[in-house]
Amino acid sequence: MATMSMIQALNSALDVKLCQDPDVLIFGQDVGYFGGVFRVTEGLQKKHGEKRCFDTPISEGGIIASAIGMGAYGLRPVAEIQFADYILPAFDQLVSEAARLRYRSGGEFWAPITVRAPYGGGIFGGQTHSQSPEALFAHVTGLCTVIPSNPYDAKGLLIAAIESNDPVVFLEPKRIYNGPFDGHHDRQVKTWASHPLADVPEGHYVVPLGKAATVREGRAVTVLAYGTMVHVANAAIEESGIDAELIDLRSIVPLDVDAIVASVTKTGRCVIVHEASRFAGFGSELSALVQERCFFHLKSPIRRVTGWDTPYPHAFEWDYFPGPARVAKALKQAMED
Amino acid sequence: MCPFELHIPAPSARPGDAPDFSHLIIPPAGGIPRPEVSAPASTLRDLAYGLIRVLDEEGHAVGPWAPNLPPEKMRQGLRAMMQTRLFEDRMFRSHRQGKTSFFMKSTGEEAIGAAQSLALGPRDMCFPTYRVLSWLMARGYPLIDLVNQIFSNERDPLHGRQLPILYSARKYGFYSISGNLGSRFGHAVGWAMASAYKQDDSLALAYIGEGSTAEGDFHEALTFASVYHAPVILCVTNNQWAISSYAGIAGADEATFAAKAAGYGLPGLRVDGNDFLAVWAATEWAMARARANLGATLIEFFTYRVAAHSTSDDPTRYRPVDEATKWPLGDPIQRLKGHLIALGEWDEARHTQCEAELAEAARSAAKEGEAVGTLGKSKPPVSEMFEGVFETQDWRAREQRGELGV
Repeated sequence: MATMSMIQALNSALDVKLCQDPDVLIFGQDVGYFGGVFRVTEGLQKKHGEKRCFDTPISEGGIIASAIGMGAYGLRPVAEIQFADYILPAFDQLVSEAARLRYRSGGEFWAPITVRAPYGGGIFGGQTHSQSPEALFAHVTGLCTVIPSNPYDAKGLLIAAIESNDPVVFLEPKRIYNGPFDGHHDRQVKTWASHPLADVPEGHYVVPLGKAATVREGRAVTVLAYGTMVHVANAAIEESGIDAELIDLRSIVPLDVDAIVASVTKTGRCVIVHEASRFAGFGSELSALVQERCFFHLKSPIRRVTGWDTPYPHAFEWDYFPGPARVAKALKQAMED
Repeated sequence: MCPFELHIPAPSARPGDAPDFSHLIIPPAGGIPRPEVSAPASTLRDLAYGLIRVLDEEGHAVGPWAPNLPPEKMRQGLRAMMQTRLFEDRMFRSHRQGKTSFFMKSTGEEAIGAAQSLALGPRDMCFPTYRVLSWLMARGYPLIDLVNQIFSNERDPLHGRQLPILYSARKYGFYSISGNLGSRFGHAVGWAMASAYKQDDSLALAYIGEGSTAEGDFHEALTFASVYHAPVILCVTNNQWAISSYAGIAGADEATFAAKAAGYGLPGLRVDGNDFLAVWAATEWAMARARANLGATLIEFFTYRVAAHSTSDDPTRYRPVDEATKWPLGDPIQRLKGHLIALGEWDEARHTQCEAELAEAARSAAKEGEAVGTLGKSKPPVSEMFEGVFETQDWRAREQRGELGV
């Protein structure tokens, strides 16, 4: 075991797979010699050679198209898109090709690709370095969408994603790359050093896709979250003193619907938290599922705490970001309704 | 000061006009030099502006590009082209009789897939468009499997999931087709990069229509192919028409499609696509170059889409009704047939007999498929709809199957 930041844990996952499987290779903008703008691939080219970790042209569509062709051949490519905000030129490749290749070819071809992309806000990145596009991918049948919230999960989920024979969009919450962030942007930045989930095995292990984690147990209200918002929700629960149960979804496709239903059936209340804007966000699907499956157990309306329905604003970052005060307010409302 | 003018390209003839191909420069067969495969791309620019042709008007194979093909190989190619045309004619009629929802023909373009399918090896992979059925015909793909796919019946190899003719046939080196244009061009480059990464010898070959060269996918694929020296043959089938838009709408009046290669530092060959031997020769050149680790080649096959775009299209609304008959490069089947006859390796009687056999093969496959069932009369189990989305079904598929009661 070693104490790792999320960046180190992701790097370790890639290193483990490169050591273990000659069919794994990594490419993307600036990932080779330089080691990536967030340092996730640091040292991998030097250790494993330039054919296994290399730079690509600034061409998201070309990166994903190449990855799909490599996957169809039999490799397990791991492609990095430098920011999830820039993944849209590759959207057609993900939606029309990667997601459907197995289905439309009658199982003759498939795309066992992993597409890593830093995503989410909280870094003063403005519109083009802060967005949370997970709902776009969750809507596409045939894609898996995974979002870790801590170093231990990040490594185990990334290994699971690489080993999956389905295409996986792996969104890395960049605000928590170097330390957990509870939404209190005016307080001192924390590192992962003292966090129990920063204790990461150095070898191979898997956190299976589609298994949610119960971060804290409670009886009064269920909070559904993923990524950075797990830490924000946890802070809000502590600060509000409400006996909430916090579920970290870890992957939104596949979705651990059983864990959600079990928790809401127990608590009778549900608050959904995500950074992405609200309208037709992934919270809409969660809300519908909870309503369909837990209606007769619900004691109050399902609430959503999300980014606002605006583009991601620069100067208004902390007005936009669903911080702990807003989450706590929703928790109280859920209890009072 | 003169005001700007917006230029809107227009074809040489529209319905009611006489077909006009006078603007095309068609050099005589045999007139283009054949460089060494190791020649630097920068010395090959003229190849992108000429037209590599082997078969002359008298059916002789002439010039430095003439491949020395055994007659049996050419007869194989001829049969594949004839089978393609006869099968497509038959299935086009099936569509008109309401037996399926959609169909597309490749009439006039059969030489490209047939020659390349025979030239490439069994471990190579072709990333097709929807107009290269002759690739499968040349490799003996069972006609009945095509018919069952076209009818989406219970024996459809793609389990009723795909539009007719968007085949997939991995064992025949034929990648899954999609109706999205150009989106597999980069997959071929990825395949070739993977092959090189594994120090394998599996080549990739991709097709794109001239209209789709305007998509970003085309330029992305060329960039990657160039940067990584991918062993891939990238082919533009320039059949002059993208539904109703003539090739000038994709830029043909400004530069040839082969000329796009220059900006990527790749060789660009412009080839008579109705000349089986020229297609073969250009492909062989590109293969040798790739196999020598010299990377990708872009080939423009200059051809003509004789039939409608699809069964949903009526070309008489946008081009002269007799334009196809005036196409200066002739018909690929007639040209190869003429060559074999000139060599004394074929004759009219054998041709007629062959045609009858192949028509019968198409007819009997159609009948066999009809006996299984045409569209709507037979289909795979509805549970197939939920299979194959992911490697293993998730709860959504299980629940929704239950909801539908299958």
